[in-house]
Amino acid sequence: MNDEIAIIGAGIHPFGRHDAVTGLSMGVRALRGALADAELEWTDMQFAFGGSEDAGNADTMVTDLGLTGIPFINVKNGCATGGSSLTSAVLALQSGQYEIGAVVGFDKHPRGAFVNFPVDWSLPEWYGELGLMMTPQFFGAKIQRYMYDHSIPSSTLAQVAEKAFYNGSLTPHAWRRDTLGREQILNAKMIANPLTQYMLCSPGEGAAALIVCRRDYLPKVTKSRAVWLRSVAFRTRLAGSFEVFSPSLSLDISPSPTVAAAKAAFEIAGVAPQDVDVVQVQDTESGAEIIHLAECGFCEHGEQVEMYANGDTRIEGRLPVNTDGGCLSNGEPVGASGLRQVVEIVTQLRGEAGQRQVPSSPRVGFTHVYGAPGVSACTVLSV
Amino acid sequence: MTDTTDLNSLPFSAPLDMVDGMPRLVAGRCRDCGEYSFPIASSCPACGTVVEEVHLPTRGVLWTWTTQEFEPASPPYAPVAGTPFEPYAIGYVEFPNYLRVEGRLTEQDPDILRIGMDMELVAVPRGETLTYAFSPVLTGAG
Repeated sequence: MNDEIAIIGAGIHPFGRHDAVTGLSMGVRALRGALADAELEWTDMQFAFGGSEDAGNADTMVTDLGLTGIPFINVKNGCATGGSSLTSAVLALQSGQYEIGAVVGFDKHPRGAFVNFPVDWSLPEWYGELGLMMTPQFFGAKIQRYMYDHSIPSSTLAQVAEKAFYNGSLTPHAWRRDTLGREQILNAKMIANPLTQYMLCSPGEGAAALIVCRRDYLPKVTKSRAVWLRSVAFRTRLAGSFEVFSPSLSLDISPSPTVAAAKAAFEIAGVAPQDVDVVQVQDTESGAEIIHLAECGFCEHGEQVEMYANGDTRIEGRLPVNTDGGCLSNGEPVGASGLRQVVEIVTQLRGEAGQRQVPSSPRVGFTHVYGAPGVSACTVLSV
Repeated sequence: MTDTTDLNSLPFSAPLDMVDGMPRLVAGRCRDCGEYSFPIASSCPACGTVVEEVHLPTRGVLWTWTTQEFEPASPPYAPVAGTPFEPYAIGYVEFPNYLRVEGRLTEQDPDILRIGMDMELVAVPRGETLTYAFSPVLTGAG
């Protein structure tokens, strides 16, 4: 799909806590922002995909945007909601039925850890009653084993968070704008050993939106700053994958869906990980960023220790990662995060990221989301 | 709950069985491909065919672990009435040739828990029910 699908508008509603604002109105703000960015109107849109986990029905946004009668399809797919919406939009464009459309993701979660119920996950009640149905446990257990297998010290986890909060301090729409030192992060309250309070993201609020079109629509756009969406690939888990809420695991652990999604995204785009100038990977917690960089093909398992010690993943490093502070600084509004990542790469590739702009005029970017119960979506973008 | 309570008199709140007075976890084994499942799956998660009931061994090794430092939301968590919350550890115990099972650990000290350490299944009373946990096997204790 090289150079066939373009992103011509990107919009974001600030992440964080906005008590007086509904999730849906954040979504409308983000979508209006994306339309203004593309210098287009809602009446130009031929379709829309959108969704949230906890903040309502995306298609009711038409009450604010305009009742134009277009197909607006609600998407609800956990952490992959944004990735699923974007995948669906690309398929709609590739089908030839539409030339241009909108994608929006938003969310607004209650404060505190996510609450999940066994009945919604095909699990027995005793699993929840016993206190095993907690997402931080999965993150802690997974990175504990990964650190053991690949000799990664806790200081690397702290370096991930330190970078995230620094990048967040440069990002106007981020939630956490204060920098934190490595010792402060390491010595913070333990949440799920070895992860401390500042190594885990918090459920939050926010919205992001994109306007996508076919190449043949571009002549109709007055001021195009098109970024090519060179691939989007979506995968679910295989038997034996180590995923959240697993009462048992196979002895033969199979690769995470991230591995297959990233490989497919690179193959479709015809680029290799070493061609990428700026990266977004899911950093639900510090450990996830470390694991995902290797699973996506950006380094070998264990090589992350040296990369973080060298500052390779900082904005001015050789492989800038999560330049907007990622989930650690922006929080996790589930329906919005996947599209926030794409908005950030679009902004970086256009050279419009301000204080957090990667200095080397990046031309190729990559995004990765991963979530329960074992889904991943990756994209490759370029200018 | 008193020390004199006969554990066998409590109902199980997890796939637990007593065999010759010893607790055993009830798992599933695929009749076709041999893949194990816990709790027992209605059909094999690997190949979709019929699963039969088996008892897992009682000894394994700690494959990974973490801690739960704050009280989970209830529901789904069921606090034990009259008992204040204490942080706990959870982990996956590997049963060689079978599978890895997740459960609460009886030990939560990060200075004691080590990946690779020997663990054994224990039945533990929880409120008015009996559930399972994994306990480190002390060196030299047989």
